[in-house]
Amino acid sequence: MPDLLEIAERIAAQAASGEDVEAYVGRQRETEVRAYEGDIESLSVAETAGIGVRVVRDGRQGFAYVGSLSDEGATEALAEARDNAGFATADEHVGLVEPDGVVPPVLELWREELLSTPTEDKVALALDLERRVRAADPRIRQVTGADYSDSISEAAIASSRGVSASSRRTVCYVGAEAVAGEGSESQNGYGYSAGRAVADLDVGRAAGDAALRATRLLGAHKPQSARVTVVLEPRVTASLLGIIARTLSGEEVLKGRSLFAGRTGEDVGVPGLELVDDPTNGLAFGAAAFDAEGLACRRNPLIEGGKLLGYLYDGYAARRAGTTSTASAVRAGFRSTPGVGARAVTLRPGDLDAEGVLAAVGEGLLVQGVIGIHSGVNAVSGDFSVGAEGVMIRGGELAEPVREMTIASSIQRMLQHVAHVGADVEWLPGPACGMTLAIDDVALSGA
Amino acid sequence: MSITEAPLVDPAVIERALVAGLRRGGDLAEVFVEDRRSTSVSLDDRRVEELSSGHDRGAGVRVVVGETTGFAHTADLSEAGLVAAAEAASAVARGGGGGVREVALEGRPFGRAERVEVLPETVPKRSKVELLERADAAARSSGSAVVQVSAHYADSRRRFVVANSDGLFAGDDQVRTQMGVHAVASGDAGLQTGYENLARTVGFELFERNSVEAVAAAAAHRALRKLDARPAPSGVVPVVIKRGSGGILVHEACGHGLEADVTTKDASVYAGRVGEQVASPLVTLVDDGTLGDFWGTFAVDDEGNATQRNVLIENGVLGDYMWDVLRARKQGRRSSGNGRRQSYHHLPMVRMTNTYVLAGQDDPDEILAQTPHGVYVARLGGGSVNTTTGDFVFGMTEAYLIEDGKITAPIRDANLIGNGPDVLRSIDAVGSDFDVLPGTCGKDGQLVPVGCGMPTMRVNGVTVGGTAGA
Repeated sequence: MPDLLEIAERIAAQAASGEDVEAYVGRQRETEVRAYEGDIESLSVAETAGIGVRVVRDGRQGFAYVGSLSDEGATEALAEARDNAGFATADEHVGLVEPDGVVPPVLELWREELLSTPTEDKVALALDLERRVRAADPRIRQVTGADYSDSISEAAIASSRGVSASSRRTVCYVGAEAVAGEGSESQNGYGYSAGRAVADLDVGRAAGDAALRATRLLGAHKPQSARVTVVLEPRVTASLLGIIARTLSGEEVLKGRSLFAGRTGEDVGVPGLELVDDPTNGLAFGAAAFDAEGLACRRNPLIEGGKLLGYLYDGYAARRAGTTSTASAVRAGFRSTPGVGARAVTLRPGDLDAEGVLAAVGEGLLVQGVIGIHSGVNAVSGDFSVGAEGVMIRGGELAEPVREMTIASSIQRMLQHVAHVGADVEWLPGPACGMTLAIDDVALSGA
Repeated sequence: MSITEAPLVDPAVIERALVAGLRRGGDLAEVFVEDRRSTSVSLDDRRVEELSSGHDRGAGVRVVVGETTGFAHTADLSEAGLVAAAEAASAVARGGGGGVREVALEGRPFGRAERVEVLPETVPKRSKVELLERADAAARSSGSAVVQVSAHYADSRRRFVVANSDGLFAGDDQVRTQMGVHAVASGDAGLQTGYENLARTVGFELFERNSVEAVAAAAAHRALRKLDARPAPSGVVPVVIKRGSGGILVHEACGHGLEADVTTKDASVYAGRVGEQVASPLVTLVDDGTLGDFWGTFAVDDEGNATQRNVLIENGVLGDYMWDVLRARKQGRRSSGNGRRQSYHHLPMVRMTNTYVLAGQDDPDEILAQTPHGVYVARLGGGSVNTTTGDFVFGMTEAYLIEDGKITAPIRDANLIGNGPDVLRSIDAVGSDFDVLPGTCGKDGQLVPVGCGMPTMRVNGVTVGGTAGA
């Protein structure tokens, strides 16, 4: 197996006089198993590797990638990135980052045992998951997917500015979608569990959650339109926090595309609201020692006491804003250039568990799933409107199931109406943490 | 980058890889070899931020054993690389007694980029950059309230060959070109956004036939018109959807539920309902990968079958589902040319191409005039569906109130939510106009280009997810 950092350094060393070169080299091995009706429906083992090269000359940046680790591929990508640099608009703020001396956190993101877990064990987990979902309730009619997946990934980055960093991580996941039925009606529900090695996975919980979420929606009707308090389940909260984090990108702020532009120091949330992006927290799946430009990751508080403290920056956005990088460069892999992004956003948890939040809310709507979050949230205007399904809350207890409705507000308004943050912190793959979250004064549109 | 026209892999090497895939047993082995090159340019905040090029080349191998599929892929296109991938994929053939099997490939029609007049790879990079500079200027000159503009351009050329142990040997050469503009306008009530794009399965001649300035102006005007937008209503109202833009409704509300991978698992509200009236008699729904040069058009699908025109619903009656090789084999029928994959890294599955409702008899202006009150949707953003229940949402990115049969005030962005079967039954007017718009469809994490089309239609009652009392 070629050493990734060696490849990256070899490319960076080819920088000509007057130019800077950065090479990002990634390699990922993924296994996916899907069980269906007691058998394996598909087993996919895939390894992807490639090189992305940035060249900067005279304030102009060019990029090229190649899906290969070969010398030939590296040469092609470097030549192409050089050629591409000639076509960008010159910008004094464009450039590669300099190492800034911040010490990277020591994180345990790599579990060797996942590498030696036999494929048969992974298959067995998927089969066991499917069997448990089917056995959980007689009303389970179908399990449309019972999946095991894992990813073993390594990345290295080196530049002619002296950056040299590498990282690696393991992640595994089980998830099932159950369909429950009675008569002609069908409802579905999802359950999951994630970890860094197979021993972390709680298959029983994933199966139980999928079955519960599907069966409890049986008989769901479309509710009357009203203003309600919504209680978001952790997975839904994580989606919402991920979107809020996008609006706190320093780049979007500079470009006039964020509802939070020019609002630092203002009260943007309820008193006591605390939002932080902390990739140094090893519990977060987005935890990382280095960002996508090779700077050490650090803890970045964004909202404290309800006040907006600041934004996230990568090298370019920081230079343009006259500040320093918060080491918040992310990239989708070797095929893309770095951009600003959060890795591990969380709210400061409260004292109540999920049941406690329901009891405290009294009357409202528990949202177990949303759809259309990519089309229904405008990160520029803040308008928020998504399809939802869940269970009404009456007297602090779950009552009748509801579906085919939307919940709507705006990001600005929702932060000002946070009623309770649960204590049930749950880290999920993705850039944000989940927990039960209650928000007042949301428009429910139904019949 | 130089473009090589040589075959991606020697057919004899593919034959040997297929044999290796079936050595431990199995019903079908398939090798998919792909070479994809792409160029993209992004302009943002008055600057050409970067020009980017990419090259991916590799092969995916699958082996089907009974109900089980094994899959592996490799970037190593040597015989050793392909055979290793085939052996990895065959790991699912546990204890199989297959033994060596002969595979003889037979040529099938190959798709060619012959419709393409100007291959984007022959166009100077400078010309691609200029398109975006023109778009930026046009968007900014649309109104002084336009405060930010970003624009992107992308082209790709995807060549592939696919072969399987039934002897199929086919391929295609797919060229796509697109550009889009995103504008932000600022007013007293905050920021508003507008987006417009142009995307076709053609080369750079796209810009001889279409004006980038018109695309930019459309994006800018969409943002500007929303500056006075009122909160969207909340509740059930009649909705008139403009031709073209509502194709996503059909795609989400209905198309996904007609894909055979979900219908054969009984995870669709349309499962087992062929021959039944599932929509208003005004609705005839077609999926057609051969239509013009739309975004979902191509000659050969990613399993080597020619695309075709498939009538899914005729006058409201469910006629058929969409099929890929795997689901079709189980039913003893032919694929409908709907087997697609994002790249060689992915397993193919049932996907739509261009999906549309055929034009009807009603004058679009009359449809509006006969709607006393409701919402007029001029443009939809993305959407999604829960195929099990049929509940779907889609986002309105340009919409207006209808009052006394006339389009009046613009309304802020909001989602619509409905139930696919209910909405299809409650379509009560279908216009005589028609348009197809480009989209990107995501399913199980794989993205593919699609076209969504429709005439102007009225749905008598959809839930609008706004914040104002309806």
